[in-house]
Amino acid sequence: MRVAGTTPGDHANAAPKTAQRARGTRAWAVTLYQVAVIMGFVVVLEVLCLTGVIDKITMPPPHRIVVDFVKLLASGKMWPEIGKSMANVLLAFVLAYALGIGIGTALHGYRTLRDTLDPLFATYYAIPVFAFYPLFIVMFGLGDGPQVLIGVLLGVVAVIVTTLNGLDRVPAVLRKTAAIARLGPLQTALRVTLPFCAPYLLTAAKLALAYAFIGVIGSEFIMARTGMGYEIGFAYTNFDNATMYPLILLILLLSVGMNGLLTRWEKILLARRGMR
Amino acid sequence: MSAAARPREADSAARKAPVPAADRWGERRAPVRNAIVLVASLFALWQIAYWIVGDVALRSPWQTLRYTALTLTHTHLFWIHLANTLEAFALALLIAVVVGLLIGFALGLHRLSGEAMEPMLVALYSIPKITLYPILLLAFGLGMSAKVAFGAIHGIIPVALFTLNALRGIKPILLKTGRVLKLDSTMMIRSILFPAAVPEIFTGLRVGFSLTLIGTVLGEMFAAQHGLGYLLMNAIGLYNIDVIMSVTFLLVVFAAVVNAVLLGIDRRLHFRG
Repeated sequence: MRVAGTTPGDHANAAPKTAQRARGTRAWAVTLYQVAVIMGFVVVLEVLCLTGVIDKITMPPPHRIVVDFVKLLASGKMWPEIGKSMANVLLAFVLAYALGIGIGTALHGYRTLRDTLDPLFATYYAIPVFAFYPLFIVMFGLGDGPQVLIGVLLGVVAVIVTTLNGLDRVPAVLRKTAAIARLGPLQTALRVTLPFCAPYLLTAAKLALAYAFIGVIGSEFIMARTGMGYEIGFAYTNFDNATMYPLILLILLLSVGMNGLLTRWEKILLARRGMR
Repeated sequence: MSAAARPREADSAARKAPVPAADRWGERRAPVRNAIVLVASLFALWQIAYWIVGDVALRSPWQTLRYTALTLTHTHLFWIHLANTLEAFALALLIAVVVGLLIGFALGLHRLSGEAMEPMLVALYSIPKITLYPILLLAFGLGMSAKVAFGAIHGIIPVALFTLNALRGIKPILLKTGRVLKLDSTMMIRSILFPAAVPEIFTGLRVGFSLTLIGTVLGEMFAAQHGLGYLLMNAIGLYNIDVIMSVTFLLVVFAAVVNAVLLGIDRRLHFRG
């Protein structure tokens, strides 16, 4: 149980200015810390590369990677691969998200079914889903299908579990109101319960996106004929560091960037509801 | 207690009293029953999928079990691959747990570091780490150490994140008690922080276990000359569906069984706390 006056929010109400200022300095300190860590990491890498502790075949110095990155994007030869990978990531994300929310909402009412599936949900992320990739290639051929399927399989359960979690927290009064307004199950879900769960659905989106990325790029990397993951593997086998490192950087930037955007949105949503 | 409270207590006691033995029995058996129903349905789905797809790309559960028991486990090569994977996995897990705990404790004990590094760890957690594998291969060379490193980086982050959050979530009163008793920092960690954080840390270890296994096998699938992951990729090249089904089946069963055991311990620890 939370006691009034112990949360930062309550303090802000009591003494808005000092608390806000304190929080502002803290946020600055955190940002500064993060920038320092990243800069320190890059500088250490740069020094290690330039002094030859890390040899050129292993890794070019960071400034070289940035130059190659700009060159690679400017040359335009990677854009079709990037587009292809991103289209598959997007497809896997949308499928996992829609399926997950649909299944989660449908499942919420059925206690026994949920209890039965509970061990599956609890064990699911221990299962190496990538181990199914060879099987899917044999079943569906070496195309986009298996890659998207891996992305969907990785993401869908996280979305289901998060949706169920959110629906569990819907206050009974909202369901009663919906019943009084004579809304059907679908209307109740679309107009009352799911909007209430918006913060949870955003968390689910974040997870689904991360898993779609991991699934698609990972599958391309293991075995494929196109896509960014495939190009990284190809560059690796050809000792083509001028292509490999910029592509790795691009994937890191894309996944961290998208994740960051959703996190920011999540924070705004939570703040608006006074949950954080 | 006031007189008004007593009837309610008696009432609730009476409600519980008549069917305690049978009821509790049923409750305890429910998870087992659920698990059996679940496993049976998964096997049924597998069988149906086999009927639809056919011999071209699938084997039935029975065929897979038979192949696993009678053919695969009788080949000498399988045991070499299995031993190789297990060795890499065990080393990776050891590194992941030790390094993860160290990072988690370092960040959990220093508030600013924790606040600054947590979002960065979460971001690292969400990147497709497989793209980093070529870097590890270039750094460690093709073989055991690259595999171990790849498995370890999968496991380190969840262990560190859970440890960090466990330490942060410790009730302030426990810390105050420690301070009142004038414990030094080693005593503080040993007798207060660690015991209080154990349930959450264990959850981190459980997640770390799964991810390290996935990482190790994934590493073998991309580039290796030994291990179950290599066996899988090799089987694709040879179009040997029996081997693909068997190895996938074994991996899934191993992961699921170990996770179920760890989950049981995990829940007991949380319940006690």
